[in-house]
Amino acid sequence: MQRTTRLLLGAAIVALGTSPLRADDSPDPIVIPIHNWSSQIVMSNVVGQIFQGMGNSVEYVSTDSQAVYEAVRLGDATLELEVWEGAFGASFRSALEKGGIHDVASHNAVTREDWWYPAWTKDACPGLPDWKALNDCAALFATPETGDKGRFLGGPVDWLKHDQEKVDALGLNFVVVNAGSAAALWAEIAAAEKDKTPIVLFNWTPNFAEAVWPGEFVNFPEWVEGCDKDPAVGPIPDKTYDCGNPANGYLKIAAWDGMKDKWPKAYATLQKVSFTNAQIAQMAKLVDVDGMEPEDAATAWLEANADTWKPWTE
Amino acid sequence: MKGRSLPEGGRVALALLMATLALVVLRNLLPDPLIRLPQTLILPFADWINAVFAFARDDLGLMRVTRAFSDVVEVCLDVTANLLYGKSRWPRLGPIPWVVIAASAAVAGHALAGWRLAALAGGTFIWIAVMGQWKWAMETLSVILVAAPFSVALGLALGMLAWHSRRAERVLNPILNIAQSLPHFAYMIPVVVFIGVGPKAGAIVTIIFSVPPMIRMTLLGLRAVPAEIIESGRMSGTTRLQLMTRVRLPAARTELLIGVNQVIMQSLAMVVLASFIGMPGLGQKLLQLLQALKIGLSVEIGITIVLLAIVLDRMSKAWAVRQPSHHDEGSGWLQRHRHLAVWAGLVGLGFALVTLHPYFAVVERAQALSMAGPVDAAVGAFIDMVSPVTDWLRWFLITWVLIPLRDGFLWLPVSAVLVFLAGIGWAVGGPRSALICLAFFLPIALSGWWDRAMITVYTVFVAVTLALLIGVPLGLLGAARPGRARRFLLICDTLQTFPSFIYLIPVVMLFGVNDVAVIAAVMVFATVPIIRYTIEGLRSIPPEIVESAQMSGAGPGQILWHVKLPLAVPTLMVGANQSIMFALFMVIIAAFIGTQDLGQEMQRALSSTDVGKGLVLGFAVAFMGLMADHLLLKWARGRGT
Repeated sequence: MQRTTRLLLGAAIVALGTSPLRADDSPDPIVIPIHNWSSQIVMSNVVGQIFQGMGNSVEYVSTDSQAVYEAVRLGDATLELEVWEGAFGASFRSALEKGGIHDVASHNAVTREDWWYPAWTKDACPGLPDWKALNDCAALFATPETGDKGRFLGGPVDWLKHDQEKVDALGLNFVVVNAGSAAALWAEIAAAEKDKTPIVLFNWTPNFAEAVWPGEFVNFPEWVEGCDKDPAVGPIPDKTYDCGNPANGYLKIAAWDGMKDKWPKAYATLQKVSFTNAQIAQMAKLVDVDGMEPEDAATAWLEANADTWKPWTE
Repeated sequence: MKGRSLPEGGRVALALLMATLALVVLRNLLPDPLIRLPQTLILPFADWINAVFAFARDDLGLMRVTRAFSDVVEVCLDVTANLLYGKSRWPRLGPIPWVVIAASAAVAGHALAGWRLAALAGGTFIWIAVMGQWKWAMETLSVILVAAPFSVALGLALGMLAWHSRRAERVLNPILNIAQSLPHFAYMIPVVVFIGVGPKAGAIVTIIFSVPPMIRMTLLGLRAVPAEIIESGRMSGTTRLQLMTRVRLPAARTELLIGVNQVIMQSLAMVVLASFIGMPGLGQKLLQLLQALKIGLSVEIGITIVLLAIVLDRMSKAWAVRQPSHHDEGSGWLQRHRHLAVWAGLVGLGFALVTLHPYFAVVERAQALSMAGPVDAAVGAFIDMVSPVTDWLRWFLITWVLIPLRDGFLWLPVSAVLVFLAGIGWAVGGPRSALICLAFFLPIALSGWWDRAMITVYTVFVAVTLALLIGVPLGLLGAARPGRARRFLLICDTLQTFPSFIYLIPVVMLFGVNDVAVIAAVMVFATVPIIRYTIEGLRSIPPEIVESAQMSGAGPGQILWHVKLPLAVPTLMVGANQSIMFALFMVIIAAFIGTQDLGQEMQRALSSTDVGKGLVLGFAVAFMGLMADHLLLKWARGRGT
């Protein structure tokens, strides 16, 4: 069944997308790296299947999400579909400086990563999402290892989120405990959900968690450029990081410099690719909530959203 | 040790231990350099290693060599990938339908060890297919099928080299010791630098990880060949090459095949970890599923990995014990090649089935059976059931046991720890052991990772202590009856091959992100060898000794405490040693829960591909393991004689 739909889809795209003017794409496989979160895997499969429909061969390789920029730069991987400003901006920028990789386009989606709580937390601490209210409720979040102070569950340390600096700058009554992986964060939310324990932790959007556990970001003083470097910027005059993270970070597409010449048609399509927050969250949901396989989720998404992606291939 | 009269070196050991006590008591008066090494003494090991690597990569052109080697591996990988799951590469024949592979496995099982193994092998592949894991399992197997032969060949070559030249052996031996105690992540970083990421990197890391046992078994096998066999070989006028290939290697067959068995088991152990650097298949899927908290589906994959391990283990062991068979002269081709004929028939049947219905070629995910629902429900119910207890346990352990202990370990002055280890070393094995202990632990202090190393030591210490408290009684229980002992050992085998990552999620759901969760996960893993060795230690006691104790009127309790346990202590020590090794491996993986120890830094080094830092941390962990190994084995040997 699925095979035939995929084939039909492919045939449709080939019929639409071939233009005699452009040079042909190389028969070598386009290598798309996949990481350990589902929206990125599904999105990679969506774009991969679009490429396959155009007659390209595509291969997926799972890689570390930080090390991937080095792989793209060397041509070991061809492109990267989700470059998050907050999480991977630094790795991406340092790869850009070394050369071999470039910024192809930005998604319509904006990214935000910050302190977040699931909806039931608000029942216990009604003043949320204001950060001062959160600080007043700090005792609600106390655990044996944090004593009287509240616990903020941060992401893995290598995500470099500066939560400790934020706690110091704003004088929060919280202790930062770092989880070792995203899975540990979700496991904590799932455990807290059972008896509706208040919890505040690091989270981001777009993300499947929004679909599973509704919740909100904490409202910290608004991000102003330089707030992380210049103590004078932000509400507290002598502290850096006295602000929230940017609420509209970019989500970019990066590619190996050689892609333009090797697969010109696929590259032209890639330049037009752009997803919204809702689309990305939906891709993640197909896998994380509905339990589909990423490749099937991608096929399903393509079938349901032909209006969105067909124009990219023309 | 206490009860015995002190041997000659005992006084020195006692003096060193007293000195430790003095350092601890007077801690607050000590000058700072004795508490933590001053910054000027911290050596930049990581920078040195990085410089060596940069030199090897850029100036020596090692990169070209490794890339050339990895290209060869890649060509092989493409072939198996095409045959097993239809990746579009030469020879473009695959994918082979699952019925054909399942039938082939069953025939191979029967040829090696009869019907039971045939059923196990065929059943495993049927399970994989109907559970919808075929493609993932074949991705995994396609890498193992390439990595294992490479590893066997490399192991044979290095083993023969070590057998041939004493000098080579003297160089190889310490390298093998360290290599076998380095945490897996430490290997991976150089591989990422030299090879990149993807299936070939996964294959190469698997080769590196699985080659040491093959080298050791080759050396052992060649050493054990009786001189008479070689004499008779010489007398038949063999050349040196013939002597090796026709006489020595065949005579060492059993050891070599045990080496092959070890290679396969180690390769399977790498399945999940290698997916961190791009190995596709079961491991990658497992991590993705755990990421989405799908415990049930991950357990299904875990079962597949265990089943594959059991099948491959049994098959290679059956191959090792099977002697080459000789047919009567004049028997027909069919008689001599019965299995081949049956296999050909079944393969034909398989392809015929495929033309009848595509289900026999590929089971789509949508058609797959699953037991994830009940497993998830069971895990959920279990967590709900025990959570009142765990909440209390978590509070109690953190407040009264773990935080004080951890602070205590961090409070200890460096000097006290080093003097203490020297004292223990002296007590166990004299000045040589004292020096060995220092040689292993001083570099950790010099590397500047002392605090993190102490947190690792504390985690392992608590986990292994708990594992002893739980594992020894369980082992005693298991050893009471032979049937029960077999069942316990089977459970131990299963737990040991079951991918350790699966434990991490339920443990976080039970205890949250904190030390209790970390220690619980490490403890589960560390208990297994203790149970195993307790059972084996008790079972290997000669029955005459127990009988004579009974005759002298000892009750069952007395026999246990005064006869059985003391006799089992050397074996128990080996168990404790294994337990520490397992705990050290697991404590690194537990960084995925969230720790502040060496494992966390190792994870960071992997994601920033910092070779130097990764290796320094890896060596720190390896040295701890090697030191424990030295002390425990030395002590056990002392007790045994």
